[in-house]
Amino acid sequence: MKVNQSIAISENGFIFNPITGDTFTLNDSGFQILTLLKSGKSQDEIKDKLLSEYEVDELVLERYLQDFISDLKRNNLLLEE
Amino acid sequence: MERNKITIAITGLNNIDSPGPGMPVIRGIKESTEFDARIVGLAYDHLEPGIYMKEWVDKAYMVPYPSKGKEALFERIKEINAKENIDLIIPNFDAELFSFIKLENQIKQLGIKTFLPTLEQFEERHKSNLPEYGKKYGVNVPKSEEAFSMNDFTNILRSFTYPVMIKGKYYDAYKAYSLEQAQAYFLKVSAKWGYPVIVQEFVEGTEVNVIALGDGNGQVISAVAMRKQYITDKGKAWGGVTILDDSMLELTHKIISQTKWRGGMELELIRTTDNKLYILEINPRIPAWVYLAVGAGQNIPEALVKLAMGMDVKPYTSYEIGKMFIRYSWDMIVDIDMFSKLVTSGEL
Repeated sequence: MKVNQSIAISENGFIFNPITGDTFTLNDSGFQILTLLKSGKSQDEIKDKLLSEYEVDELVLERYLQDFISDLKRNNLLLEE
Repeated sequence: MERNKITIAITGLNNIDSPGPGMPVIRGIKESTEFDARIVGLAYDHLEPGIYMKEWVDKAYMVPYPSKGKEALFERIKEINAKENIDLIIPNFDAELFSFIKLENQIKQLGIKTFLPTLEQFEERHKSNLPEYGKKYGVNVPKSEEAFSMNDFTNILRSFTYPVMIKGKYYDAYKAYSLEQAQAYFLKVSAKWGYPVIVQEFVEGTEVNVIALGDGNGQVISAVAMRKQYITDKGKAWGGVTILDDSMLELTHKIISQTKWRGGMELELIRTTDNKLYILEINPRIPAWVYLAVGAGQNIPEALVKLAMGMDVKPYTSYEIGKMFIRYSWDMIVDIDMFSKLVTSGEL
């Protein structure tokens, strides 16, 4: 999977999809995950990075990460390769 | 560069909550680098705000409602032209277009130009003709049928599932969830716009629009795609953003090249969740959100004026994506003397 190349991502976490006109606002951690995905990091690499930065249970993180990635896919921000 | 002086008569000065396109069309023309335009506003109602917006409308005249017939309209245009020496008329209402198309040659004989679709182009894209239009040009359209009486209407509804859209011939659209609600909307719409009332399948999805200008020879001079961001209770966009959706622009090119559309046009589309585009309506004139296209780099009103005046017009090939429009309302303070002058003399 890869981040939809056509979307515009602002530093403040605002996302604009120029094809559909959809707009989204991400919180800091969502923005961090999307930025990591955009840089080509895998889901496992992102999980490891977040585990090293935040005090969070691994299973809880995995679940939230999976949910977030599903949301990104559903909204066409993340595409299957 | 010296700008060409030109006098343009424009309708649709009703800059209200469901605005006509006149004021944004004027705004585009006034921003033209090629024309120094004197704007003559043609108004149907004494309270159309554009009449009083003197920084945009140099002179305004009352004209008879379309229901008075085209001859009454022509006589009034003759009177106004004798004073104003009009070069071009841009009508902006669906309901008046039939009369203007029919009067095209007579108006031309007065030395006034227009740039309108042909009667055939105008008629075949009517909401009630959409199913045939879809078949003829190979585009997706929702199932639609027209009703001329309540009996007719009730019978037609049997072949539809709810919710269903109830639409007036020219304007207004309501979503009905039951037979009773649909019948109430039928009465409301028919009382305002007459018959037929159109029953249309409700297509779930995102509302998107394209504004376009065809040169009458199959060439698209301008096309800008927009996603509505805020829709009023009258179904009008109060905010929108330009988008780059190739399939919408391809559909526009397909329609304009096949029909050889002449003039401004708005495609009202729905993108379904399975990514299909359906045409809900084809409006045969420039829509009220035209200034978004101007702001995004395509001055459609200016290009229309150039086409009408027989000038060479190069097609626009791009526009800025992510430009937004946000509509607003503004109270003008107007002296009653202006209103009384307009009411008594028919001009201001």
